[in-house]
Amino acid sequence: MRRHRLRWWEALPWIAGLAFYFAFPDYLGFGCDLLVTILFALSLDLALGYAGIITLGHGAFFGVGAYTVGMLASYNIWTEPITGLLLAAAVAGVIGFLSGLVLLRTTGLTLLMLTLCTMTLLYEAANMAAAYTGGFDGLPSLPISPVFGVFEFNPLYADTQYLFALGVILVCFIFVRILVYSPFGQSLTGIRENVLRMHAIGSPVRRRLIVCYTISAALAGVAGGLSAQTTAFVNLAVLGLDRSATVLIVLILGGYGRLYGAFIGAVVYLALEHFLAQIYPAAWQLGLGIVLVLIALFARNGILGLGETLWQRFGPRRAAP
Amino acid sequence: MSEIRLETQGLSRHFGALVAVQGVDFKLGVGARHALIGPNGAGKTTFINLLTGVLPATRGRVLLSGRDISATVQAERVKLGIARTFQINRLFRGLSVLENVCMAVAERVGTAGAMFYPAGRRTDIIDESIQLLQTLKLADAARHRVSELPYGRQRLVELAIAIGLRPEVLLLDEPAAGVPSAESHIILDAIEGLPEHIAVLIIEHDMDVVFRFAKRVTVMVSGAIFAEGTPREIEANPQVREVYLGQAGHAATARAHHG
Repeated sequence: MRRHRLRWWEALPWIAGLAFYFAFPDYLGFGCDLLVTILFALSLDLALGYAGIITLGHGAFFGVGAYTVGMLASYNIWTEPITGLLLAAAVAGVIGFLSGLVLLRTTGLTLLMLTLCTMTLLYEAANMAAAYTGGFDGLPSLPISPVFGVFEFNPLYADTQYLFALGVILVCFIFVRILVYSPFGQSLTGIRENVLRMHAIGSPVRRRLIVCYTISAALAGVAGGLSAQTTAFVNLAVLGLDRSATVLIVLILGGYGRLYGAFIGAVVYLALEHFLAQIYPAAWQLGLGIVLVLIALFARNGILGLGETLWQRFGPRRAAP
Repeated sequence: MSEIRLETQGLSRHFGALVAVQGVDFKLGVGARHALIGPNGAGKTTFINLLTGVLPATRGRVLLSGRDISATVQAERVKLGIARTFQINRLFRGLSVLENVCMAVAERVGTAGAMFYPAGRRTDIIDESIQLLQTLKLADAARHRVSELPYGRQRLVELAIAIGLRPEVLLLDEPAAGVPSAESHIILDAIEGLPEHIAVLIIEHDMDVVFRFAKRVTVMVSGAIFAEGTPREIEANPQVREVYLGQAGHAATARAHHG
């Protein structure tokens, strides 16, 4: 019941994030990718990890957020980055809410297929509206106003982008952290653990799921918007299955339903991708596949879950929490 | 019988051609201690599912304190005061015993949708849950994961969650099922300790439990009510013996006399 209290190690990701800025000034573009992936995985964790909503189409909301920021900036309608992200959250949230109203009547495989369909429909819509979305060539060189009117986004050197992204995910993370330890978050865990029991204690299960899905979609929209801002580019790939599958792998790798699984998973995934691609440029996905098989066989709860198990077995003895 | 809390009128449920529950007229009074017995497949659990709204009725009505709740959804019926336990445990296995009970209490109090403060700060809900666990002699296990408890104590958590909803009507679907007989007394003690005003309907196969607990017994056979009366009347009813108790019944009733 005291799980919500902050622990000392929770400062580590943020210290590491800042350290990265000073230690690898040449890799800040990569760092932005990493931060965007973390935020996207965090949004998925809320839906999949906490509420148990099985989805393969979370990229839909990432894409909606990216296009919201991208199209507004490309046509010079709105270029301010912070409010731009809020708009991305709002539009993705609305799409999440509307699709959730329909989708969340289903569960399991049906739900999985319907989330995939939603994303595919959006992909085709963006493709057909190529005159506005730029189609597969996308919208390049998006103009983004300086943060707070002062700090310019430099297209060649991503230092401002990196710190901005770090700030955004800190705010989003605090929000998600408050949410998962709240009574609402507890009830999401209850729905995941035993939905029949939740019905039997009078919980409005579907309403809770829709609220959760909407919030999760809005956060994915922020991640998408952030991606468009930090790369100054958006194209159809943001709505592709690749990205949704990747974020799912990230979460499984790191451990779902654990908040920090998104962080660990994103770091490990991108590091694997980076190094494996150097060693086996043609077949790096084979290495990733093997790691995934190992995780599925021996560490169902991901790297964090494995760590917890080892800690409980070999760590210092103490009373039950 | 005193004031009627829960009533059904001509309640039926069909699954395709199968009639699982057939024209059941049933009354449960305030503070009732009522047992529902019958052979396997008699429709007892389906009947509970109709009362709680898990399944819609094909025909007939369910009335709670005279109010027609036939069209009311399950979650709303819980708010109106109908709680149940399950024949097979349906718990939040990954959570602690205390969290299991708090989940129900928070839902009842109406704070379970709150988003912006930690659940652990609601000391009123936690205190109430701990008190409840104390009355069920579960307080020592409050911080243990449910999945770590022996099965008998897990059954108690089922009961704790239902009581945490402060029901007017409590439907117990074989509360002692699967519990080793050495442990079943803890379930029975807990049921006997329930607040008096609650109307309790218990489905049970164990005749010891039925005769110890129930003031009235309804026998259900093939989806319909076959007989109803006091435990002694049911026991003495030759048709019930024939249809339901069979040969095993003699042994069970004999044991009941000794108990």
